[in-house]
Amino acid sequence: MSLVNDVLLLAAAAFVVLAIAMLYRVVKGPTMQDRVLAVNVLGTNTVVILALLAAGLDEPWFLDIALVYALLNFLMSIAISKFTVERGGII
Amino acid sequence: MIEQIRTALIVALVAGGVFFTFVSATGVLRLPDVYARAHTASQTDTLGAGLALAGVALAMGWQSATVITALLLVFIFVTNPTAAHAIARAAYESGVEPWDERERGGGER
Repeated sequence: MSLVNDVLLLAAAAFVVLAIAMLYRVVKGPTMQDRVLAVNVLGTNTVVILALLAAGLDEPWFLDIALVYALLNFLMSIAISKFTVERGGII
Repeated sequence: MIEQIRTALIVALVAGGVFFTFVSATGVLRLPDVYARAHTASQTDTLGAGLALAGVALAMGWQSATVITALLLVFIFVTNPTAAHAIARAAYESGVEPWDERERGGGER
């Protein structure tokens, strides 16, 4: 079981590195949609990191935070996409 | 024996998740315009997150937290392509021009 925990924590570290690499596109992205897309990918990576830590550190309540974060991430993408098209609309 | 098979399966699933997320990160950093980036983000990022969450669900074993992991997997499979589609449609409706072959060399990365 120790090998599995090590593998899960190592994969979480790799996901952290890939999520930090997304910040380049958030800063540089020419359009607003590039930034939203990069933040969306970063949020998905964060959800996976939380799930890997929940299994690797054996603390299952991390998964509740991951579920709420996934919901907020999806809502953020939809809301900003709608806001940049019709600014001042209903949302 | 069955424990070794399970360990090998967990390692393979998590390694596949890391690989596809690496492909997704490379695509988002290197592809030329927002539509190509939305395509790679929706495809490979969904696959990478799905494989990694399947590995986590297998590592959890039989307990109640596994149900939450399976729900998270289904939820990410539904919402991630929807969000990428909404972002690409917002880019089109706000007037972002698609990348053209003639802009090669002068295009922004």
